[in-house]
Amino acid sequence: MQTLILTIVLLALTAAGFRLGRRRALALAGGRPKDLSALPRYYGVYVALWVFVPAVAVLAVWYALEPSVLHALVVGGLPPELQALPEAELGLLYSDIRNAVALGTTPDDSAIAAAVAHYRSLSASAPLGLGALALAVTLAGGGIGLRLVSPQLRARRSVETVVRALLLVSSTIAVFTTIGIVLSLLFEAVRFFRLVPITEFLFGLEWSPQTAIRPDQVGSTGAFGAGPVFAGTALISVIAMAVAAPVGLLSAIYMAEYAPKRARAVLKPLLEILAGIPTVVYGFFAALTVAPFIRGFGSSLGLDVASESALAAGAVMGVMIIPFVSSLSDDAIAAVPNSLREGAYGLGATRSETIRQVILPAALPGIVGGLLLGVSRAIGETMIVVMAAGLAANLTANPFDAVTTVTVQIVTLLTGDQEFDSAKTLAAFALGLMLFLVTLVLNVIALYVVRRYREQYE
Amino acid sequence: MATTQTAPSSIHAHRASRRAQAKMSARDVNVFYGDKQALFDVALDIPAHHVTALIGPSGCGKSTFLRCLNRMNDVVDIARVEGDITMDGGDIYALDVVELRARVGMVFQKPNPFPKSIFDNVAYGPRIHGLAQDRDELGEIVFTSLEKAGLLDEVRDRLDQPGTGLSGGQQQRLCIARAIAVNPEVILMDEPCSALDPIATARIEELIDELREHYTIVIVTHSMQQAARVSQRTAFLHLGELVEVGDTQDIFTNPRDERTQGYITGRFG
Repeated sequence: MQTLILTIVLLALTAAGFRLGRRRALALAGGRPKDLSALPRYYGVYVALWVFVPAVAVLAVWYALEPSVLHALVVGGLPPELQALPEAELGLLYSDIRNAVALGTTPDDSAIAAAVAHYRSLSASAPLGLGALALAVTLAGGGIGLRLVSPQLRARRSVETVVRALLLVSSTIAVFTTIGIVLSLLFEAVRFFRLVPITEFLFGLEWSPQTAIRPDQVGSTGAFGAGPVFAGTALISVIAMAVAAPVGLLSAIYMAEYAPKRARAVLKPLLEILAGIPTVVYGFFAALTVAPFIRGFGSSLGLDVASESALAAGAVMGVMIIPFVSSLSDDAIAAVPNSLREGAYGLGATRSETIRQVILPAALPGIVGGLLLGVSRAIGETMIVVMAAGLAANLTANPFDAVTTVTVQIVTLLTGDQEFDSAKTLAAFALGLMLFLVTLVLNVIALYVVRRYREQYE
Repeated sequence: MATTQTAPSSIHAHRASRRAQAKMSARDVNVFYGDKQALFDVALDIPAHHVTALIGPSGCGKSTFLRCLNRMNDVVDIARVEGDITMDGGDIYALDVVELRARVGMVFQKPNPFPKSIFDNVAYGPRIHGLAQDRDELGEIVFTSLEKAGLLDEVRDRLDQPGTGLSGGQQQRLCIARAIAVNPEVILMDEPCSALDPIATARIEELIDELREHYTIVIVTHSMQQAARVSQRTAFLHLGELVEVGDTQDIFTNPRDERTQGYITGRFG
């Protein structure tokens, strides 16, 4: 609520800053915009930025520091014997206080009740302090901005600088998010590797991530050999690519080389719809339609097929990946210069000879890039395998067996109530790190291959 | 080029029987690209073992006509070709298009070597047409073709390297070798020197003159000097019509049509 009011006030002041800045610039120029070194509206934006940016900076700092400042003040106001408590108990006490504040109750213990009251009064006065501070900064900023306005001021250049800074900040957000994710994965994974040796994790062949929650619990010592999990991921990815690569590539060839314009205009969007189907829909299609079909078909041949077979999950995942492969291959084939086609036709090659012997070799790097991106999709895909692949960590190459994948295990390890320091939970981070590394490497290779290819014909 | 000044007198003597000895012959050729007509009733004979140059301003239809001779316009969806085109008296539309293109080779404006080795580039045609019984014979064809294209000495030691790594002029000679390797009867050249520097151009022009002994050549060119240097017959096209055709020397010294005169003296084009 208070944030909303602050925002509205700030925006109103910014708008006012814009008008004042423009008017002042015009007034200084004696109403002749030609005497200014920038258009009047740039002076308006200039002053508005002086109003807006410092205030936003102050607000950001405030919200970042508020909880720790409150914490320090409230804890500092506690009686000394409570302050002397161990850190963990003090933390519990502090969350009790916060709960009491949030629920509006008054605890029985008088010391804590005093702390709650202290907290209340602090957080009641905080918005006032913040409002006053923000207003002061806003007005000060506006004042400085207005004073700086003069006909010689290169307002347009200054605005340009701010725009550049804004763009830079936006583009680094993604980078910093990635770095943050990697670091959090890394630290948790390192904690995991302190509990379970990395060699056992990478090369162990038994995966059974049940650890005892209570010391007296029976039978759950846990085994963290991720070999079967990696093997399951590999098996399902291979099955998926066995579906996606030929179908995607052949349909790309048809689209790019054979299809009449009208067929292409209909088929290509239809194919790309496949990429737009939510993966959860693929998931229940795999689990409820494809898996029973494969099971029925297998048993009619006398084969023993698990009801959650790798084949069902992999095949449906392959269908999901088809548009990635076909769309990138299509681009690669279309980028082969027409002169190569004509060269082959001119020698008397037929269409399929031209495609096989000239166009595909020329487009190969782009196609390989598309396939690698498809593989990294397959490895990282979660929903289909969660619904259709099962949980049993079997070390097998039989596509009719149930297998599990890295993503499925991460999901199972982290759903439900968890302790965040057990090996079981931390294992998820180690798995996530592996997943991240593998897809990162694949993507880098794919992008490298695709870029090299582009250089060839431009 | 000194060699280009040779033939005229002997050509005059045979003028009367030209229709009979024409390698290829076009009558009433009309070409449409969608609704737009690109060629109007073009009639032209291509004499055997001569270099015939097609000249004219941009968009006059010279490339379009050239591409009719090996049915290259077939691959363009919107193109429609009408009229009679014959080779050795037989309708080219009666032939399988693959066979026609084996007999009528083509060299393009921009060198377009395949992304394969130099050897495989030249061997491509013989391989798809099954011209060689074994590896030795294939190697023989490749070497002879590179030799005829005047490229062998430059690439002898690196036949396994990619054709795209050669210089522009070498690439174009590689493309000529590739066309020759199929042992065609006619070679069509669509502005083969427009992407090359003057030295590479001179090299190709010499080559064209040498190739005339074995092949019938039709060349589209933007450069009138080139037409004068390499060809014995010249056809001038303008706005899709064949304005004038004759011995190269006559066309350049004594054009009958005003438009031809205007073009060759540089008044338009």
